[in-house]
Amino acid sequence: MGAVSTAIEVNGLRMSYGDFEAVRGIDLAVSAGEVFAFLGPNGAGKTTTVEVLEGYRERTGGEVRVLGVDPKEGDRAWRERIGIVLQECRMEPLLTVRETLTLYAGYYDAPRDVDETIALVGLQEKAEERAGKLSGGQQRRLDVAVALIGDAELLFLDEPTTGFDPSARRQAWEVIASLRDLGKTVFLTTHYMDEAQFLADRVGIIRDGQIVAEGKPSELGGRAEAASRITFLVPEETELPAGNWTLTRGKGFVEITTTEPTNALHELTEWALERGTELQGLSVSQPSLEDVFLELTKDTS
Amino acid sequence: MSGPELVWHQFRYDQRVFWRDPAAVFFTVLLPLIFLFIFSSIFGSETIEERGGITVSTYYVPGIMTLAIVSAALVSVAIGLVEARESGRLKRVRSTPLPAWAFVAGRVGNAMVTSIIMVVVVTAIGRLVYNVEVPDNTIPALLVTLVVGTFAFSSLGFALTTLIPSETAAPPITNVAVLPLYFLSGVFIPETEIPDGVLDFSSIFPIRHFFESFLTAFDPNTDGAGFEWGHLGIVALWGAGGLALAVRFFHWAPRR
Repeated sequence: MGAVSTAIEVNGLRMSYGDFEAVRGIDLAVSAGEVFAFLGPNGAGKTTTVEVLEGYRERTGGEVRVLGVDPKEGDRAWRERIGIVLQECRMEPLLTVRETLTLYAGYYDAPRDVDETIALVGLQEKAEERAGKLSGGQQRRLDVAVALIGDAELLFLDEPTTGFDPSARRQAWEVIASLRDLGKTVFLTTHYMDEAQFLADRVGIIRDGQIVAEGKPSELGGRAEAASRITFLVPEETELPAGNWTLTRGKGFVEITTTEPTNALHELTEWALERGTELQGLSVSQPSLEDVFLELTKDTS
Repeated sequence: MSGPELVWHQFRYDQRVFWRDPAAVFFTVLLPLIFLFIFSSIFGSETIEERGGITVSTYYVPGIMTLAIVSAALVSVAIGLVEARESGRLKRVRSTPLPAWAFVAGRVGNAMVTSIIMVVVVTAIGRLVYNVEVPDNTIPALLVTLVVGTFAFSSLGFALTTLIPSETAAPPITNVAVLPLYFLSGVFIPETEIPDGVLDFSSIFPIRHFFESFLTAFDPNTDGAGFEWGHLGIVALWGAGGLALAVRFFHWAPRR
């Protein structure tokens, strides 16, 4: 078989629970060495899909290959090659950080070095501390370290930073970013858009059991070509010029949507300079990943 | 690592966790010893005529062993597994190359070692403090009882987890399963004080038969090797039933 350049391949995956279709025929491909973020609102079929890929659930239909193997036939050799961080997992509170990692390292044929792995997640100072005494963020880092200890090629990270404070999230992001540098393939589920934006090479959005968008975070949902938004503040009574744009006003706040931002900006600034009006807080922006996400997942029913 | 090495690896960490857990050590190691001191101090010098005049202490030494082993196997195994299941660790372990049987063997090995320690300690205290004779001819029967009982009650511990919905429900459910049976089976109250109808009822369950096997091994009036095959058979049957239930219904993923 040789090296697998496609780490995950999913064709027409379907999953039903009784009458309810949680996943309705999704296709996915994740290349080796890629960080793929899987986004979707709660109940969209995200966790179900991941659990099929991880081998925890048997699917109703479709083809799935993870590292070239059907997960439902995943054996010991296959499990040597994947690492999993579950949405929620408390490590044994009575074992120290080093003991926990030594225990898990023993399960693998060719584990990573324990101390090196502790350093990778930044827990050197806590190596002799029992897991039960770690803060929430440190426990999560231990969790990630346990997923890394087997030196797997493919890592599943299920909402790895949910419940983190901002600085703990930053630290976790750095750890995940360093996984890419190690050449790992990462399949990340999250509902934080900034997380996907920061970490992912590619993003897939799932809604009602179907993939509604897929692509680079910067291009997703036609973001690159989408209308730009120009915002600024002027007194409420100011009369604004008309132009090739859509204008929305609220309490002194002006939002202009246009597909020709350069022109619009030129006209607006020229107008403002002639009148001596200051366009306070002037900014031009693309729709954020969050805007795209909300647009794609909004309830149309 | 090879299979046996994996089991040894897992077992060593399970032992470490057990001895660091104050609740497990208290209920499995200290509480049975405290009961031994209490019962023997209150009734110790009395004799039980119906059992050939053995001292009450001689009766309570196998009783306390029963308590300690059921606690090490069934109670500790069930509570420990439910905690590990609800915290997500069992699911996590399933995703590693560790085979399920090696994980199970680690837990059962843990119960076995704790049981052996308790049999040795309780026998020694019985001999040194309460003058209870150490079995000689019946040592093989004692050991077989220990092994059969630990396997059977560990299986029942695995099986019981399937009926426990959450971590907080684990201690009450396991205690409700075993505590009344200690009283009804003659472990806490000498069986000569218990009405026949009650003994008939408790004979449905394995604790009474397990206790009877130990009692025969410690009874100085026992002739021969002291194997209680009938009683041991019922204990083993319960163990097999527990195993079948566990194989069919055991959950690795959290229930919540």
